[in-house]
Amino acid sequence: MGGWAIALHGGAGVDPNLPHHRQEEAKEVLARCLNMGISALRSSLPALDVVELVVRELESDPVFNSGRGSALTEKGTVEMEASIMDGMGRRCGAVSGVTTVKNPISLARLVMDKSPHSYLAFSGAEDFARLHGLEVVDNDYFITEDNKGMLKLAKEANAIMFDYRIPTVLPDTCGASVENPLQMNGLPISVYAPETVGCVVVDGQGRCAAATSTGGLMNKMSGRIGDSPLIGAGTYAGSLCGVSCTGEGEAIIRGTLARDVAAVMEYKGLGLQEAVDFVVKERLDEGKAGLIAVSRDGEVACGFNTNGMFRGFATEDGSVEVEIW
Amino acid sequence: MGWAIALHGGAGDIPLTLPPERRLPREACLRHCLQLGVGALKSNKSPLDVVELVVRELENNPHFNAGKGSVLTTNGTVEMEACIMDGNTMKCGAVSGLTTVVNAISLARLVMERTPHIYLGFDGAEAFAREHGVETLDASHFITPENIERLKQAKEANRVQIDYTQPMQKNEKDAAATDGDSQIGTVGCVAVDSDGNLAAATSTGGLVNKMVGRIGDTPIIGAGTYANSLCAVSATGKGEAIIRGTVARDVAALMEFKGLSLEEAAACVVKERVPKGTVGLVAVSATGEVTMPFNTTGMFRACATEDGYSEIAIWPPTKD
Repeated sequence: MGGWAIALHGGAGVDPNLPHHRQEEAKEVLARCLNMGISALRSSLPALDVVELVVRELESDPVFNSGRGSALTEKGTVEMEASIMDGMGRRCGAVSGVTTVKNPISLARLVMDKSPHSYLAFSGAEDFARLHGLEVVDNDYFITEDNKGMLKLAKEANAIMFDYRIPTVLPDTCGASVENPLQMNGLPISVYAPETVGCVVVDGQGRCAAATSTGGLMNKMSGRIGDSPLIGAGTYAGSLCGVSCTGEGEAIIRGTLARDVAAVMEYKGLGLQEAVDFVVKERLDEGKAGLIAVSRDGEVACGFNTNGMFRGFATEDGSVEVEIW
Repeated sequence: MGWAIALHGGAGDIPLTLPPERRLPREACLRHCLQLGVGALKSNKSPLDVVELVVRELENNPHFNAGKGSVLTTNGTVEMEACIMDGNTMKCGAVSGLTTVVNAISLARLVMERTPHIYLGFDGAEAFAREHGVETLDASHFITPENIERLKQAKEANRVQIDYTQPMQKNEKDAAATDGDSQIGTVGCVAVDSDGNLAAATSTGGLVNKMVGRIGDTPIIGAGTYANSLCAVSATGKGEAIIRGTVARDVAALMEFKGLSLEEAAACVVKERVPKGTVGLVAVSATGEVTMPFNTTGMFRACATEDGYSEIAIWPPTKD
């Protein structure tokens, strides 16, 4: 036991009919980001720096629902949120309602490091970013054609939904969902694909960290805040572990999922995978979600009650994996 | 078993020398709110209704840091936040960044009941309030002269503070020496009925001189507010410490996972999960117990249980 370990995710709840090339594309991005994290760990970068740099890379890539490629609000704009937590000392930073900052996870880190607060949102967060010279772009930068198409479909279906990436050339795929009984958030699974991103790391010194970033729900109300920026819900890191969640935000919040993994380890003495399994089984009720976790002893674990979860892991002993199902 | 209710008006460095003109109105409000809550429980109102109506009353009172009387951001504006949770269903609602909504806690409840979401903030929350005809008033309604003065003092001292009621007279050396901790703070209420249904609600204006857009622990489920089938918790104090310590959730987690009693769990969290001088909380259990621990100098609080016990207090009980 011991040694560094890293896990990352790109969303829980995947359409089993997701076209193969879309699956491969997502796996490539995950693999690339995973490798960046591995290199960083091999050069002894601390866990907190590693989770930030991996999530930055995931945000910059339009394939996933964070940063560029974020899901759109009902107004057709992007409102991003993120949080980061350092298991050593349990310092944390979070942001919501970010509209022009290129890498929300770095803004969350800045809140943690350079402000007297833990959580900043909307115009206050944007002003703070400018004050500290973070890179900002127009809101348009984050909006992709795919997502504009998705929003249109979502409005037609008149429902809040997860982010989904059915290519606009195949609107009839929605119809195909009738054969597929799987659902999330009240919608057919055919609409689910790459989503919220997150990374958890334990470094060679046994320090854990966690980071999560998202654009949130497609067609969400402007001002809606989900689980990703909420410490204890979407993100948590303590001396024992680091956790990042994805899925139905409301279920994750209600279940205080990320904190509960650590709490059952601390208070019930469960091991990492046991804790993850327990939380997924007991804390979600009808909610659908997934999570990744690392322990200070160099273990990785994941759990999900959804159909698939985009994820990748690596440990110091050399094992590397990128999976969807 | 039996019903129980507890409410708070903020934990912090409330000096023992708090002058009567600052102490009495707050005690009177706590007494009034306690009576309201007890009356509601006795007439079989649900705990969810009870915590909402008590917190509304606390919000409307300008002596506490919620609703009218909220402390000011560094820009001299008010940004209110609140959260409510139903222990039975685990449904919850939260709002942040409100500037004109008279009762933030009621808007939080509306988010819980009328949207598919849990948490709305800032412009989106204000727009939602208007769409639903929720009572709003000009932002100036919430600002009190005391809070303008507090902000001024905080800026002069160039610090963010929990929020404090330093007397206006600056010749008191004692006033300057207290490092600006809280005399008034967040408000909250927890309640359980005789069937063991639980609910929690918290509301606040936040920290004096906070950055615009700063969100504290109050609207974060598991930090400042939490309720499940075991207990209901509302916390107050240094928001950043409460978030880091996932205070409200941890009380319930210790009961659930370590089998601690309500009192033990709450005491453990307040003593061991957060630094001294930062946190207080009120909590009730499904079996009608109440606890109100704090690691600050004082906490404005009140509680009552069905067996006839009731208490209104500010400082720790003196030992005989």
